[in-house]
Parts: sequence; structure tokens; C-alpha cells
Amino acid sequence: MILFLGRKLAGLVATVAVASLVIFGALYLAPGDPAALLAGGHQPNPAALAEIRARYHLDDPFLLQYWHWLSGLLTGDPGDSMVLKEPVTSLIAARLPTTGLLVAYASLLILILGVASGIFAGVAGKAVDGVLTVTTTVLMAAPAFVAAILLIWVFATKLSWFPVYGSGTGFLDRIHHLTLPALALSGGYLAYVSRITRTEVRAELTSDHVAAARVRGLPRRHVLRRHVLRNAAPPILAVSGVTVAALFAGTAVAEQAFGVSGLGSLLVQSAARQDMVVVQAIALLLVAIFVLVNTLVDVLNAVLDPRLLRERS
Amino acid sequence: MTAPLLEFDGLRVSLGERPILRDVTLSVHAGEAVGLVGESGSGKSMTVKSVVRLLPGGSTVDGSVRFGGIDVGSLGPADLRRFRSRDVAMVFQDPRATVNPVRTIGDFLTEVLRDQGVGRAEATRRAAGSLAEVGVDDVRRRLSQRPYELSGGLLQRVVIAAALLTEPKLILADEPTTALDVTTQEEVVAILNEQRRQRSAALLFITHDLELAAAVCDRIAVMYAGEIVEILPADRLHDDARHPYTKALLGSRPGTVPPGERLRTVPGTPQSALTAPAGCVFADRCPVVESACRDLHPPMLSVGSGFAACHLLSEEVR
Amino acid sequence: MKPIMLRTPPRAAPVAAAVCGLVALMALLAPWIAPHDPFAVDPLNAYAPFSGTHPLGTDDLGRDLLSRLVYGARTSLAGPLVVVIAAGTLGTGLAVSAAWFGGWFDNLVSRALDVLFAFPGLVLAITVAALFGTGFVTPVVALSLAFVPVIARVMRAAAMRERNLPYIEALRVQGFSSLHICLRHLLPNLAPLLMVQAAIGFGYAMIDLASISFLGLGLQPPAADWGLMIANGQPSILAGFPQQSLIAAVAVVITVVAFTAVAERLAVRFGGDVR
Repeated sequence: MILFLGRKLAGLVATVAVASLVIFGALYLAPGDPAALLAGGHQPNPAALAEIRARYHLDDPFLLQYWHWLSGLLTGDPGDSMVLKEPVTSLIAARLPTTGLLVAYASLLILILGVASGIFAGVAGKAVDGVLTVTTTVLMAAPAFVAAILLIWVFATKLSWFPVYGSGTGFLDRIHHLTLPALALSGGYLAYVSRITRTEVRAELTSDHVAAARVRGLPRRHVLRRHVLRNAAPPILAVSGVTVAALFAGTAVAEQAFGVSGLGSLLVQSAARQDMVVVQAIALLLVAIFVLVNTLVDVLNAVLDPRLLRERS
Repeated sequence: MTAPLLEFDGLRVSLGERPILRDVTLSVHAGEAVGLVGESGSGKSMTVKSVVRLLPGGSTVDGSVRFGGIDVGSLGPADLRRFRSRDVAMVFQDPRATVNPVRTIGDFLTEVLRDQGVGRAEATRRAAGSLAEVGVDDVRRRLSQRPYELSGGLLQRVVIAAALLTEPKLILADEPTTALDVTTQEEVVAILNEQRRQRSAALLFITHDLELAAAVCDRIAVMYAGEIVEILPADRLHDDARHPYTKALLGSRPGTVPPGERLRTVPGTPQSALTAPAGCVFADRCPVVESACRDLHPPMLSVGSGFAACHLLSEEVR
Repeated sequence: MKPIMLRTPPRAAPVAAAVCGLVALMALLAPWIAPHDPFAVDPLNAYAPFSGTHPLGTDDLGRDLLSRLVYGARTSLAGPLVVVIAAGTLGTGLAVSAAWFGGWFDNLVSRALDVLFAFPGLVLAITVAALFGTGFVTPVVALSLAFVPVIARVMRAAAMRERNLPYIEALRVQGFSSLHICLRHLLPNLAPLLMVQAAIGFGYAMIDLASISFLGLGLQPPAADWGLMIANGQPSILAGFPQQSLIAAVAVVITVVAFTAVAERLAVRFGGDVR
């Protein structure tokens, strides 16, 4: 187990390290002067360019520059936004809670509604299963931006239960504001998790060990919880985890559509104004979170199903 | 003789339109071991599964299975559960498939006891005792291991220990050694038999191996195409077998011909209850078939020490 | 990447295929079938309802929505097409050479793919858009890169299996060159799987490209593109005129569903994982 954890951790660090190199190096793949790019796309005066060169050590060799950037990130100072003239850390810090809340909200929707409806479809009769299959198909086919548009249309012009714009202030108001973005963000993933759950539950229900547990006279509820759900949990968890990891990237669309001021919309807006310092920092952050969540899911899976440990080692 | 513990009375099972069991009548007395022998597809498994009502969805049952005089088919959900958990235990063919792969051996052994209200410590103590009795060493460690860490033979012992743990009156063993290495098969069967004898539990033992059944059981029932064609005491198997199918099975064992000669086989392919002829189910493959065999279903006749269903025997009996 | 599993019944496949063909025809024949110039602004006729002259009405600038929808099919289909071709070629090339040469090269390729896998497609596309600017080409290149590991992983596993089959050994013994065996035997045997992967990827690429357009990092106004139409119509929804966004959204969903349904049928037919 310790070996497994060590290997996973090493893989995580290595992947993020290489990703950081790629993100930083991309600056040099782009056409034009990195200093001009860092300055935010528009044409700054030579004095400003010189200042940027000095500030970002652009005259140093590539690896040294990378080191400056990386150590800045690691010590919590990724630099200032060239366009907003504000430290990247404070930009991110101001938006991280909103995005975190949005992702948590969407994850809860996915885990609770997705898994519950999947279990329900798995154990229920044909009619319920059929209705849920149609529903999940529709949800899966609608991309987040389509879901967002429909939600905006319905809730802006027909019903006014939830606000369609802004992030809100205070916890409850934020939850209120984030409901529609969370729905738009989670819809397709929720349907997917529901489908996977249904398939896994069905597979376990027909397995020999579940039949054996029934023959041993165990109560239906016990069999369902300790055998069916317990064994279906690892794959369901794996899929849910991957989905939750993907949610962070998906926040770009949901936040942008509903005018939520979060990391995703900051990334999009910074990209639009070519504010590279911010884009690099957020991109790396999102990649790191993505890899981290996926690693956590792997570890949790190995705990739930120790056979995985053996197969890999 | 006292009333039998388990009675199949004209049991017929069909899945939709397909007959699976055509007419099974058999009894198992308390403490007795009965071997149910036949080729694959003859309905042995289904017979055993009907005892615990583990039949596939959409199957219809005629006739009855009685346990201690009570029709198993009439049990409500709560009584069925009680019956499954206390009165019978089942040992399946493949322990790898039937023991939950992600939970520990200890969980597997204790869960039924725990459900019956036995405390955790007591359940674990009894599980450990039961494991030791079936010859598992290093019991404490085994309890915290998981199925994939155990060999097939060892895991099947765990399943047997679990079956014995609830002190059932009847153990159903569905080809418990088929999935194991040849070297461990005998050991596992011997332990199962020894332990159930000590507890005077009855055993319904399914196998396709006549010799194995004869070694373990008191009586043998031979099945073909969803019917029992012959029942006889295990120690009279070689001398008293009357049904042509039983004789053919006995003749097809490797020991019956001198080394170097070609083995004898039962001609034709095994049939299921669906494809078997209307009269005698064995008529299509029988070496001594007569015209009456194809039209008339032979009744079960008392012959010598046992019973057999064959037209040819009716003259002999008369 | 948001997973899609439709599991449409087989009898729906011909309908789905017909829809795909129809959309493709619409894109090819846009100049001839569009009733109006998709860029002709007519402010006095903004938000016109459905009518004979404007079958789907007009947008906020009075441009004919049907014409914009028909022209929008061009970029909306061309983008995903380029993505799956580029990612398919690059991914299969990497996969087959990694499987064929094995050893350190395989290791290197696998590691590189893992790193690329760590980039969610959308994040990669946004980052690349920041560097290279918006437009049609940038997101397509970025997404092609993001799709390489997805396709390469599946293809590598398949190529590994194939490579270990006896017939490859037999060909080697007969003295055929690696290149010959790969091009003439390995690739043709992998082709059905690649086709399935590409077909599956098409729907995903379409959604991702439309998302990028929606975010304003792809094609820029006044281009006629479905994702862009959805985004540009958003303010009008609040004004009570949802046509533009809804029509474009329906077009995206129908097309993605049709392509994915066809892809799933192909997957059933030729084997291979639907994801």
C-alpha cells in the first residue's frame, strides 16, 4: 500500500512538473516576443517591455526563466496580471471560493442524484428504468452551454425561481445564484454517472456471489448494501471522481454563461485579453487539481478494492 | 422409517415454454447423504436450487419441495429467509465467484451469524472455530484476508466452514470440487463429509462423478434430461445398477477397460429436458431400446435394493 | 470531456445516418440553398418572427437565421472533421510506432500521452487561444492535440494485441520489413477501430469546439457558427427573443446525437470501446 501510494504520488508530481514545463514553454512556441505577450497583447512602449524583460528574467536562459517562474509559483508569488495590474494570487483568491462552491454543488448533485437515480434504475422495474434511460439520454446529449441557454431561457422569461446572472453575496445567496450554473454544469455528467451506476448495480445483482448471499438468508437490504452497492462502489466512484475532476475545466462554460465571477470565467477573460501570467497560473492550477483528484480517486479505489493493488504491483 | 427431511414430490420446473425438470421425486432423510449424479444439463443444479428457491426469473414450478413437511414454495419472504439462513446451507461450484471478492473472509463467515443477532466477538470466535475444524491453519490471519489471497481449495474450505457455521440440518453441495485442482478435490470432499457427519446434517451432493458420489454418499440418484432414472444405495452401485443409462455411465469410467484400450463412451450427446423424447427420456441413446420406450413414459419401479424407471425392468419385476 | 452514451436502438441508425448526410449536404451546398446572405444586416427587421421570407426569423441585427444556420454548418462540421483526422493520424502513428518498437520509445510515448491527458481539452484550448489568438485554426489545433492521447491510448492497446498475433511473427520470418508489415497489415487491421474512434470523437470535438466558440475564443462575429450564434443570442433571450440561441442549440444537439448514434452503431458492428 505504501509502495502504491509512493508510486501514485511520484506520478502526480512528475505529471504536474512536466505540465508546468509545457505551460511555461508554450509561451515560446507562440509567435512574437514573449515580453509583448506577457504585456498583454497590445503594443507596450519599449520602456515597459524592458521592465517586463527584467521582471520575468526574459534575458536568462530558458531553464533559468522556468526556474524563476516555478519558484515564484511555489512560494506563492506567480506575479502580477499585466492587464489588471493586480497580483495573480489575489485574483485567484477572490474567485476560488466561488468556483469551489460551484464545483462542490455540482459534485453533490452528480453524486447524490446521479448515484441515487442509477441505483433506482438498477433495482426498479422496466417502467422506471425506461423513463430514467430516456431522461439520461437527453441530458447526455445536451452540452453544458445548451443546458445553460435553456435554463436561462426558462428561468429568465418563464419562471423566476433562480437568478440567471451573477455570483451573489453571502452563503445562501451564493447557493441561490449558483443553482442554475451547477445544474448546467452537472447535467451531462450526472446522467453519465447514473448510467454507469445502473450498469454496475445490474451486473452485481446478477452475480453469483449476490445469489449466494441471498441463499444464505441475508435480508434484502443487507444484500443490497453490503454486497451489491459495496461491490459496485469502486467503478462508480472511479467514474464519479473523473467527472468531478473534469468539472473544474467545465466551470469555464457555466461561469461565463451565467456571469459568475470564478476561476473559469477569469481564465476565459484572461485568455481573451491575452493576460498570459494569469492564464498560465490558472491553467497549471486546473491541471494540478485535475491530476490530484484523479490520483485521489485511484487511491480510494485501491482501498475499496484491494485487488487493484495486487494487479498493478 | 421417520418422515424424510427433504422431499421432492413430482417436481417440474420450466423456464417459459422450456421444460427443465420433468419429474423429480426424491427424498433425503435426516443425516443422510444423497448423491445426485448426471451429465451437464441434466437438471441436477436446478433440482438443488429449487430447494432454496433460487430459480431463474420467469420459471414456473409444479409439484412440491417439502422440508420438514413444509412446502418450501409456500414460504413467505420472512420464513424463506429464516429457512435459508438456519435450516439449509449451500456450497457452490466456484468459490471465486460466490464469495464476495472485495470483503474479508471474516466478514463472509460472520455476516449470517451477525444477522441472526450474534455479537461480533462471539461470531468471530465461532467463525475461527469453524475454520479450524475444516483444516484451515493460521485462522486469525485468514479472517482478515480477502478471497484473492487464498487458493481455490482453501477458499472452498472457507465456504464449507461458513455452511457449517449456522448448524444447518441440510447441506446442498453443487459440484463443490469441479472448479478446484484435482489434487485438492478429494481433501475438500472428505472434510465436507466428515464435518457434516459429526453434526449429523444431511447432504445433497451434486456431481457428475459416479465414483465420487459412491464414496461420499449413502444413496445415489441418477438424473437424465430433467428426470431421475434410478435411485440405489451407494454400496450396491456396481452390483445393482439396472437402468441402461447408469450402466452406460459405469461402463464409461477409465478403470473399466484394460490400459491401452479405447475407453467406452455413452453414444450420442447429452440431452436436456427440452430435446428428450416423449416416452423414456433415454430412448434416443439407449443401446437396448425397444419400441415401447419411445411412446410410453416408464414408471419408477422398485427393483432389488433400489428404484429404476425402465420398461425392460417391468418384465423382470413381474 | 463529457461522456455520451446514447444506446440508441439499431432501427434509429438509418435515421441518424440520414441526418448526418443532410447536415453535411447543408454545409456543402450552403451558398445555393441559403435563402439570404447570412451577413446582410437589416436593423429595421430585427427579431422578425417565423415567416415566408425568413422561415426561422431574424436575429438582433435582422440577419436571416436560416441562412446563418445553413452557413454555420460549414465551420461547425469542418472543425470536428479536421480534429478527428489530425488526432487520428497523429494518435495512430504514435500508437503503432510505440507498440511496434516497444521499450524506451513506448515508455516515452506513454508518459507523454499521460501528461497530455492531464490537460482537460477545454483548458488546453483556452490556453492555446490565449497564446495564438482566436479564430478557426487555433482551437482546432488545440483540440487535435487534446484528442491525440484519447485516440492513441485505445489504438496502442489494439496495436499491442495485434502485434503479438502469430501472423505478424510469420510475416517477420518471411523477411518483410517493419514498415511493410505496419502499413500493409497492422494498419488495415486497425482501421475499423480507428474509424469507430474517429466517429465517436467527432461528436465530442463538435461540442468542445462549439463551447470554445460560445466562450468567444473561437470564431469571431460576424462569422456564422453555431456555437457563436448561441453565445451571441444570449442577451436576446433576456429580451424575450430566444430564437437565435435555441435554433443553434437544437442544431448542435441534433448533429451531435446523430453522429454519436452512427458511431455507436459502428462500434457495435466493428467492436471497440464506445468511449
